[in-house]
Amino acid sequence: MAELKLDANAFAPIHQEQEIQSISRPSLSYWQDAWIRLKANRRALISLYLIIGLLIFTFLGPVVWQVDPAQQDVDQISQPPFADRTVTLVTEYEPWYGEGAVAGEGLRFVEDPTTQYIRLVWDELPGAAGGYRVYRNLFPIGPERAYGLPLIETEPGKRFFEDRLDLQPTTYYYSIVALDAAGYETESVETISGDVTRVITPSEARGRGLLAEGENAAVGTQFRLATHPLGTDYLGRDMLARLMHGARVSLFIGFFAPLLFVLIGVIYGSIAGFVGGVGDQVLMRFADFVVALPFLLFMILFKVVFAIGPGESGIMPMLLAMVILLWPATARLVRGQILQIREEGYISASRLLGAKTNYLVLRHMIPNTMGVILVTITFAVPSAIFTEAFLSFIGMGVAPPTPSWGSMCNEGIKTMLTTPHELIFPALFISVTVLAFNLLGDGLRDALDARMRGRE
Amino acid sequence: MGRYAVKRLIQGVITVWFIATATFFAMHAVPGDPLSGDKALTEKIRANLEAKYGLDQPLMTQYAIYLGNIAQGDFGISFTQENREVNDIIREHFPVSATLGILAIVFAGLGGVLWGALTAIYRNRLPDTIIMFLVILGISVPSFVIAALGQLSLVNINEWTGVSILPVGGWGTVWHMIVPSMVLGLGTMAYLTRLMRSSMLEIINSDFVRTAKSKGVPPTQIFTRHQLRNAILPVITVLGPSIATITTGGFVVEIIFAIPGLGRYFVQAVQQLDYTVIMGTTVFYGAFLVFMVILVDLIYGLIDPRVRLE
Repeated sequence: MAELKLDANAFAPIHQEQEIQSISRPSLSYWQDAWIRLKANRRALISLYLIIGLLIFTFLGPVVWQVDPAQQDVDQISQPPFADRTVTLVTEYEPWYGEGAVAGEGLRFVEDPTTQYIRLVWDELPGAAGGYRVYRNLFPIGPERAYGLPLIETEPGKRFFEDRLDLQPTTYYYSIVALDAAGYETESVETISGDVTRVITPSEARGRGLLAEGENAAVGTQFRLATHPLGTDYLGRDMLARLMHGARVSLFIGFFAPLLFVLIGVIYGSIAGFVGGVGDQVLMRFADFVVALPFLLFMILFKVVFAIGPGESGIMPMLLAMVILLWPATARLVRGQILQIREEGYISASRLLGAKTNYLVLRHMIPNTMGVILVTITFAVPSAIFTEAFLSFIGMGVAPPTPSWGSMCNEGIKTMLTTPHELIFPALFISVTVLAFNLLGDGLRDALDARMRGRE
Repeated sequence: MGRYAVKRLIQGVITVWFIATATFFAMHAVPGDPLSGDKALTEKIRANLEAKYGLDQPLMTQYAIYLGNIAQGDFGISFTQENREVNDIIREHFPVSATLGILAIVFAGLGGVLWGALTAIYRNRLPDTIIMFLVILGISVPSFVIAALGQLSLVNINEWTGVSILPVGGWGTVWHMIVPSMVLGLGTMAYLTRLMRSSMLEIINSDFVRTAKSKGVPPTQIFTRHQLRNAILPVITVLGPSIATITTGGFVVEIIFAIPGLGRYFVQAVQQLDYTVIMGTTVFYGAFLVFMVILVDLIYGLIDPRVRLE
């Protein structure tokens, strides 16, 4: 055995190695790291700004745009955005019994059509033994001969008609169909179209506040009606105001339902995960049954059960039903996480240092599941908004007159052929909100959940 | 396998019992009762009606009768429609919903697998970008908006061409089924496309694909035999939950396209508070969905030998 000669210098620490192991960059906490990752994700960042913008729209919007969402503007019903808002003053209404000759032939207007009245006269049609039927339509009469709304049947000799039924400033297509002696429609038809001008009488103008009491203005004076930036709905309510107030309902449910059921899920799941054994088995079996309930069916059922009393909007029953049905998914997730974390080395170390159970749960377990929980909430928001919209759409959601995006879609869909803006705006808001939360959720998952990172 | 199937079936039956019980007690917690309707009833008539529908019995007796009837497949008589059995309603309207749903699932499944595989192959290139953009739209737009837009575009196409190529609503011929089932399947298709893409991306980089390539297997054969077959597996697992999505999505599509399916009937029954129909259809749908999920799980075990069904 060769003798090894060592002096004290051989035991001096090597300085280089220390430098290699020193921390050259500032240490980042989990949340700082996540924020940096999120900032690098452009789609998620844009979504975040969109959501902030939406919150501003919802909460500051009504302060800026102080229009009552239930206020009906009867002069502007189903008006698209940027519609003509002028209204012309005419004389008060006077009854008309077809008197006065009108130049021209065939079906013709007595005067230019206005929203006050539309007066029609026509010449005799061949084969009109049983009189005439007058129709009004919003569309040109095609080969399928859909004439639209039947207005009246007249005697054979009576060849004039005055239409005052719910006139709107649009284009109307009138048809008269000759009826045979038995009252059946014949082939002889005449059609005319006319653009209707919006008019107002002095008494109506005073009622709307366009004219002061006792003030008079010349016939033909033009006024401008109230502005509706996004148009009005079928009852003449301001779309912008309704969208802002509807956003409150949709976002309220979108935020609070996930927050509540995730909270319950976290408590339930961490109890199950921490107790373990038989208690865990029993708790999770029950959660399994709740998961197996068909979600939307039971949402509808619970909405019926927590029946809404008169004057209630139905938001609370919906929230309650969502919380009752949706907590188990989070509970399962959190339980799985807790079971995993329980085996980690730092838990044993902490226990060794004398940490109590409460401390372990609050200090180690729940903070370490926060990332997963946050991602769950972000993905739960769009699905809650979807659920609200779905239920309101089938008439089981928010009760009128409270606006919500879903119920606005429900109302808008009925008139989507003539006034598509009533459907498009709320649908757009739902879609953009859901899109923003989905993209933000993707970004958060990438940023917070190291195991899911890189997956798509 | 056999033992697993029996175990799952027993679990399924217990779940259906849970659903039936939850439905029963939920409906009995509704304030008011089905007889306090529009017509004022005298004491005598009321008592007779209660006896007829068994409402004069104690709650637990009613529950026992209800469970007994369900076990025999009898869901009772409609409250709002004279002499109409819930079973008749289901028998008449469910085949329509089922046809629509099956078409939608087929459409969603085929489309999802195809688009997903395409995006994975063309990863980060133009086709991928375009399809994934459409997928995100499909996930974000509510089903009723898609249905409404589908109908609106049908109207426009018919108007533009001057002939009714496809009917705008109703039910009866194959032509009536095309657009509603596509609209119904669209959301699920978007979801499946996403799933297929990520599973395909994993497969593309796997060892056995590289081995096949180095052995000189033709690319089309690698695609069909090695990549597609393996990548499809995760898609099949979510088919069960997808059936639930499509079933409830059917409610909306049936309403918009005026299709006489069970979903539309269910929504009507809820709006009219037809208690027996609500309970019957809920339990029926619940049982249907539970057993569909079990079926899909069993099929998955048959297809993928790696999954040990225990």
